Amino acid sequence: MTSAPAIIAKGVSKRFGKFTAVKQLHLNIPQGQIYGFLGPNGSGKSTSIRLLTGLLAPSEGNIQVLGYQVPEQAEALKTQIGYMTQKFSLYDDLTVIENLAFIGRIYGLDPVTLATRIEQQLLTYDLKPIEHQRVEGMSGGQKQRLSLAAATIHSPKLLFLDEPTSAVDPENRRDFWEQLFDLCDKGTTILISTHYMDEAERCHQLAIMEAGEIRAHGEPEQLMLQMGVNVVEILYPDLRRLKAQLLALEEVHSAAQLGVRLRVLISKHVSDPIDWLKCRFPELLTAELEIARPSLEDVFVSVTGEGRA
Amino acid sequence: MKSRQRIFAMIIKEFRQLMRDRITLSMTVMIPLFQLLLYGYAINTQVRHIPIGVVDQSQSAFGRLLVESVKATQIPKLKAAYPTVVQAQKALKQGRVQAVLILPKDLTQRAAQGRVLGQWLVDGSDTLVSGAIKSLQTMPLTDFDIPIRKAPPAKTFEVAILYNPSQRSAVSIVPGISGIILTMTMIMFTSSAIVRERERGNLELLITTPIQPLELMVAKIIPYILIGLVQVSIILGVGHLLFNVPINGSILQILLVTLCFISASLTLGLLLSTIAKTQMQSMQMTVFILLPSILLSGFVFSYDAMPKAAQWIAEVLPATHFMRMIRGVILRGANMLDMWPDTLWMLGFTVIGICVAAKRFSKSLD
Ligand SMILES: Nc1ncnc2c1ncn2[C@@H]1O[C@H](COP(=O)(O)OP(=O)(O)O)[C@@H](O)[C@H]1O
Ligand SMILES: [Mg+2]
Repeated sequence: MTSAPAIIAKGVSKRFGKFTAVKQLHLNIPQGQIYGFLGPNGSGKSTSIRLLTGLLAPSEGNIQVLGYQVPEQAEALKTQIGYMTQKFSLYDDLTVIENLAFIGRIYGLDPVTLATRIEQQLLTYDLKPIEHQRVEGMSGGQKQRLSLAAATIHSPKLLFLDEPTSAVDPENRRDFWEQLFDLCDKGTTILISTHYMDEAERCHQLAIMEAGEIRAHGEPEQLMLQMGVNVVEILYPDLRRLKAQLLALEEVHSAAQLGVRLRVLISKHVSDPIDWLKCRFPELLTAELEIARPSLEDVFVSVTGEGRA
Repeated sequence: MKSRQRIFAMIIKEFRQLMRDRITLSMTVMIPLFQLLLYGYAINTQVRHIPIGVVDQSQSAFGRLLVESVKATQIPKLKAAYPTVVQAQKALKQGRVQAVLILPKDLTQRAAQGRVLGQWLVDGSDTLVSGAIKSLQTMPLTDFDIPIRKAPPAKTFEVAILYNPSQRSAVSIVPGISGIILTMTMIMFTSSAIVRERERGNLELLITTPIQPLELMVAKIIPYILIGLVQVSIILGVGHLLFNVPINGSILQILLVTLCFISASLTLGLLLSTIAKTQMQSMQMTVFILLPSILLSGFVFSYDAMPKAAQWIAEVLPATHFMRMIRGVILRGANMLDMWPDTLWMLGFTVIGICVAAKRFSKSLD
């Protein structure tokens, strides 16, 4: 079954005064997928999400979400989307259950539905033991689960999650992703922003953002395969000096030290990178060099300005 | 239906937050109480021991008894007895006494018939003094053994205020204080209402929900109306019990007038809240409104004595209309319809204000 895309964006830009926070955003996000925005701080992830939810009006371009024109028809869209903001945005001085009830009522759930939904959410997100606890003083993980429970209380078709795991420890992050896949299985489309590579790798598709622009997009596997660089790992004693020399070369995209190894991204124009390296640096003739499987981080580094700076 | 539900959800939430904010909650009680005690005792120290003179034309035992019981209230202090009214008036003019009690020849007869007993001549230049003497106007005569008397008179004395007859009186200070306190707390509450949600990050989530700006505005006002009424009850109740502020007007009218004023003030605060970017700014704007509300509303300076420009500013402030209305109710027993221009202004301000605030509050972060 093919259905209309959940999100279509065409040439969307957002300027704050003279500063352009988002440049020429093009998106086509199918329903039922987890779509990721991967990018460093300030790359325009939050701004993009705000544009898509209708919180900000684009300076130019056209946005359609679930068939609604945004921001013109944003009000009609609102009952069908859930939004988990980057900063915790529920009420600190209310309890878990009061927050859920408030959001549920605002979304117009009738009392019976509201009661069952609250109960379901408390169980699903393991909030039952703290249901009467006030939010202030709760851990990052608890707050995050509450936020997700609130954002999904009205069973939205489309869920926006803005860096939902930034204040959470790794174990909680794994559990969180399990919850996301459960939601996705039930047909929810999810747009999530992150600056973690391992999280981005879990997405069905992702867009790598930098300075308000999408530098690359597609399935993570695909991106790794299509990467314009080869990855060579070098085991060598004097890595610091070598790194400096390597970075001076045109063909070398980046060089990053990982323990005793140096991970070097070399342009695909170089057909045999190991030979090429040994040619330039005779001292490497005896060193251990091997082609490595590219990671998403390599993709990220190769499409953005990181590593060259 | 959905709209009512959303407003209701919002109101419950506001109430819960308010109930949990112990400091704010105790301030809503402490501010009126503290202010009132402060002003109230200031009034009290001044209204005691007012130097008075007596002209007792009846020269009767009852006359002497009456003078004693007037003295017993401790409000006046007997300075001198004058044989004639003319002499007493001269003393009043010279400022040797601030009020004169005249008891006529037929005093005993008047008492028996339940008529007004005597007359006060009061130097009106000090409004606190004239107010205090006025409070003796309805002094009860329960201590007297007057068997012939059928029904007590509505008034024990007639009071004539000289030199400054249309003066504000001490009686209007307590209602005045309620105006000031309400201006302060009501505007303060709502002026931070929207900004607080913005600063705490709640707003970004709230505006992605289906809640409408008008619903939000109405829901932000309603909980505080109740707080406002509690404050007024404290002020008028304590004023009445502790400082004998007479409440002449109907309680219903006082309630209605206050309700109008509370709504208008809350609306004004809400408007500020849609302008302010931070809670600090909203605080500054509150002070900006508070100062002219105290100075120009007629609480401190007489409205008629102010220059035209100041009067124009005063007309814009809800506090001015409130002072006028509450005095009308408490002093003259007027009702809201009698004072329809002020009533209309208050209601209009509230309705238009809420709409403007809702319009200003766009559901966008731009
Ligand atoms: N309301 C705003 N006014 C001005 N600049 C903004 C505003 N919102 C975001 N920006 C700027 O836009 C850029 C992108 O911000 P943001 O979308 O929050 O990035 P990210 O979420 O990827 O960290 C940043 O440089 C930020 O300072
Ligand atoms: Mg962000």
